[in-house]
Amino acid sequence: MYEILKKKVWQEEKPRITEFEVDAPEIARAHRAGQFVILIVDENGERIPLTIADKDAEKGTISILFQEVGKSTMCLGKLDVGDRIHHITGPLGKPTHVEKFGTVVCVGGGIGIAPVHPIAKAMKEAGNKVISILGARSKDLLIYEEEMKAASHEIRVTTDDGTYGRHGFVTDELKAMIEEEKIPIDLVVVIGPPIMMKFVCKVTEPHKIKTFASLNTIMVDGTGMCGACRVTVGGKTRFVCVDGPEFDGHQVDFEEMMMRQQQYLTEEKIAVERCEKQTCHKN
Amino acid sequence: MSDEKQTQGAPKAKPKKPKIPRQAMPEQDPHVRAKNFDSVTLGYADEQALTEASRCIQCKKPLCVQGCPVSIDIPGFIKAIKEKDYAKAVQVIKETNLLPAVCGRVCPQEEQCEQKCILGKKQEPVAIGRLERFVADYEAAHGEAPLPELPPKTGKKIAVVGAGPGGLTVAGDLIRKGHDVTVFEALHKAGGVLIYGIPEFRLPKAIVEREVDYLQKLGVVFKMNHVIGKIRTIYQLMKEDGFDAVFIGSGAGLPWFMDIPGENLNGVFSANEYLTRNNLMKAFDFPNYDTPIKRFKNVAVIGGGNVAMDSVRTALRLGADNAYIVYRRGREEMPARTEEIEHAEHEGVQFKNLTAPVRILGNEDGWVTGLECLKMELGEPDASGRRRPIPIEGSEFVLDMDAVIIAIGTSANPLIGQTTPDLKLTRRGYIEVENETTCRTSKNGVFAGGDIVTGAATVILAMGAGRNAANAIQEYLETGEWWTPNGDGEK
Ligand SMILES: Cc1cc2nc3c(=O)[nH]c(=O)nc-3n(C[C@H](O)[C@H](O)[C@H](O)COP(=O)(O)OP(=O)(O)OC[C@H]3O[C@@H](n4cnc5c(N)ncnc54)[C@H](O)[C@@H]3O)c2cc1C
Ligand SMILES: Cc1cc2nc3c(=O)[nH]c(=O)nc-3n(C[C@H](O)[C@H](O)[C@H](O)COP(=O)(O)OP(=O)(O)OC[C@H]3O[C@@H](n4cnc5c(N)ncnc54)[C@H](O)[C@@H]3O)c2cc1C
Ligand code: SF4
Ligand code: SF4
Ligand code: FES
Repeated sequence: MYEILKKKVWQEEKPRITEFEVDAPEIARAHRAGQFVILIVDENGERIPLTIADKDAEKGTISILFQEVGKSTMCLGKLDVGDRIHHITGPLGKPTHVEKFGTVVCVGGGIGIAPVHPIAKAMKEAGNKVISILGARSKDLLIYEEEMKAASHEIRVTTDDGTYGRHGFVTDELKAMIEEEKIPIDLVVVIGPPIMMKFVCKVTEPHKIKTFASLNTIMVDGTGMCGACRVTVGGKTRFVCVDGPEFDGHQVDFEEMMMRQQQYLTEEKIAVERCEKQTCHKN
Repeated sequence: MSDEKQTQGAPKAKPKKPKIPRQAMPEQDPHVRAKNFDSVTLGYADEQALTEASRCIQCKKPLCVQGCPVSIDIPGFIKAIKEKDYAKAVQVIKETNLLPAVCGRVCPQEEQCEQKCILGKKQEPVAIGRLERFVADYEAAHGEAPLPELPPKTGKKIAVVGAGPGGLTVAGDLIRKGHDVTVFEALHKAGGVLIYGIPEFRLPKAIVEREVDYLQKLGVVFKMNHVIGKIRTIYQLMKEDGFDAVFIGSGAGLPWFMDIPGENLNGVFSANEYLTRNNLMKAFDFPNYDTPIKRFKNVAVIGGGNVAMDSVRTALRLGADNAYIVYRRGREEMPARTEEIEHAEHEGVQFKNLTAPVRILGNEDGWVTGLECLKMELGEPDASGRRRPIPIEGSEFVLDMDAVIIAIGTSANPLIGQTTPDLKLTRRGYIEVENETTCRTSKNGVFAGGDIVTGAATVILAMGAGRNAANAIQEYLETGEWWTPNGDGEK
């Protein structure tokens, strides 16, 4: 189990972005849009959460797509087809609430485009009109464009440097859709860096557009046992791994969440320095 | 016999021989051990075990057995020690207790078997737990126990949810009855709290691993990384995967927070997180292991139970200069085992009793800087029988702190309840059972036991529940009979 069947490097330039198709039949069968896994790369590894970006229930595979931001994702990126991931637990978290809302806008920023993909797909299947906004720093850093085209009725792209699509941020595009094009939007789903999610929520709030944000807090067990993943939503403490990962974006305390993500910066640096010096072991 | 008399009333004649004192347990020097994660207590040598065993007067009606939740034949195994037949001693214990090496170390003996021991009336009770540990360790040191002969396969399939002491006991009992047993565990290692919660210095993980290996050799299948309710539901296990019965032993794993300001600052952890990073993920050995843990200088642990003691002693071992217990009642009221409190004191833990935290203070980067507390005094006894702490007005003070660990209790994890609609829960979210002997839930063929039924309790109680559930499952497989709570539990 957990053998890597396919490997695709989306972006070579650092931070590298890689996608794996992994043999995990039970997880593929149980997965619903919005859920994630927690994996351990090797014997001494930590537990890291990654969203299930796609699955093939018949083949018994799931896809994960990740950016190499630290020790664990760097080690993961070194694995090749035929290697095994030590442990994978999932699917975890509550599935996205999918029903016919009307017009749904799926916003994915950077690596966040991959996790938004299964949600767009499920929303389309449920009869919604799906418009997706994909944001990237630059044209060659854009991932999952074809997949998102297939999962949506329409896609719009923004790049920070203007090399493709609208020159600007996803928030600019969303604002234009609401204020200039006056597209009636029933729901926004956003996944990406916390700062981006925060500003997307700021755009939709005055227009009272319901917005789901999928949070990526630090996690350990992913089963509600440790509380490492806690966030404040509407003044109450919630656990992202079991109560989320999606929450009403207008209620989330993003400042606190971003602060909590910084907890292990020093240790993360130590781990990366060490990682660069030694070879990772494979299973 | 004289001991006969003793069990019936006060003995008249004084014993002639000078009394042999209860044998002390050798342990690592407190100053040394406060800096390592090795076992604190070292176990009896043969000589000490024989001396201690000789203190037992072999009561005909042994009260100690009544104090043990699984009714181990205590005089029986102590007699075998006296005869130096340690292998037999193990055998006697294992008739009722699958994990003696664990219970000998972590059972609250002073409230159970040893509290009832007749010697305790006049002197100190027999050190039953230490003897139990001695024989279990003897067995481990002298090669593997031979595998018992298993009966022919019955063709019945049992699913066990959760690999804590409760689940492991059910698995061990039912595999010996010839059934196929599969254990589904959410984490990547089996053992439940024994692996993720109780630290290495109190319960070496190798002991737990050995017991799990043994079950595997008996044929129990362990499916790790399986969160039931997510990857499969109870319903699917029974209707689609062909399991004839299910035991739920998922424990009480949801940590409570206090709902005071500052609780989400960086440097505030639940005891579960702090202990899991360290025990399950081996963060004390970062960066050899990838999971990080912070080495704080001033750490406050809030609570007064075993979990709090384990956390504060872990903080010391990770290099804290000041490790505090902040507890709102007095030392007398602490729910932790006396032995653990004493060990903590000897290691240099500072106790701030009659102190209640009201606010956690932080700096602009979001890190903890202090803990604001209120002094308390004790009033009348409350519902729990312990004297109620009452705040002293205007007694606020601030302790400088860079981490706060919250160990004030846990409750039931909702995952299984949420995904099994016909499973009746109590008001507080625990699984409701008919009674402690049958362990039958409101759902036909589904049994439950351990912390998920009782709330956070003890290892031996979870094992006792496992033993009862295994018997009840066996009966159910033979008769197919069920009960109907309030007349509507059938499904
Ligand atoms: C529900 C969920 C789904 C996620 N899905 C994806 C995904 O599909 N693809 C992907 O690339 N990443 C995803 N993440 C983030 C991913 O888990 C982290 O990037 C990863 O844990 C970093 O580990 P590391 O050892 O490589 O880096 P580290 O050295 O641990 O961290 C490097 C940087 O990442 C941040 N970070 C550390 N741990 C986490 C964490 N658990 N979550 C978020 N940020 C973290 C740190 O603040 C730091 O800035 C998800 C996170 C969550 C909670
Ligand atoms: C730090 C600490 C110290 C303690 N010290 C002592 C002590 O000294 N003496 C003593 O007697 N007791 C002690 N206890 C209490 C004792 O450990 C517990 O009462 C006992 O472990 C309960 O056993 P259990 O089998 O019910 O559940 P647990 O040991 O909690 O095991 C439950 C298992 O089920 C798994 N699980 C949960 N949900 C699911 C799911 N949906 N699907 C699959 N698996 C799932 C969990 O991951 C876990 O492995 C301590 C507890 C803690 C936390
Ligand atoms: S299992 Fe616990 S209570 Fe029973 S005899 Fe052993 S130490 Fe005492
Ligand atoms: S342990 Fe104590 S109570 Fe039990 S048989 Fe020996 S002397 Fe009697
Ligand atoms: S990750 Fe431990 S409770 Fe959510």
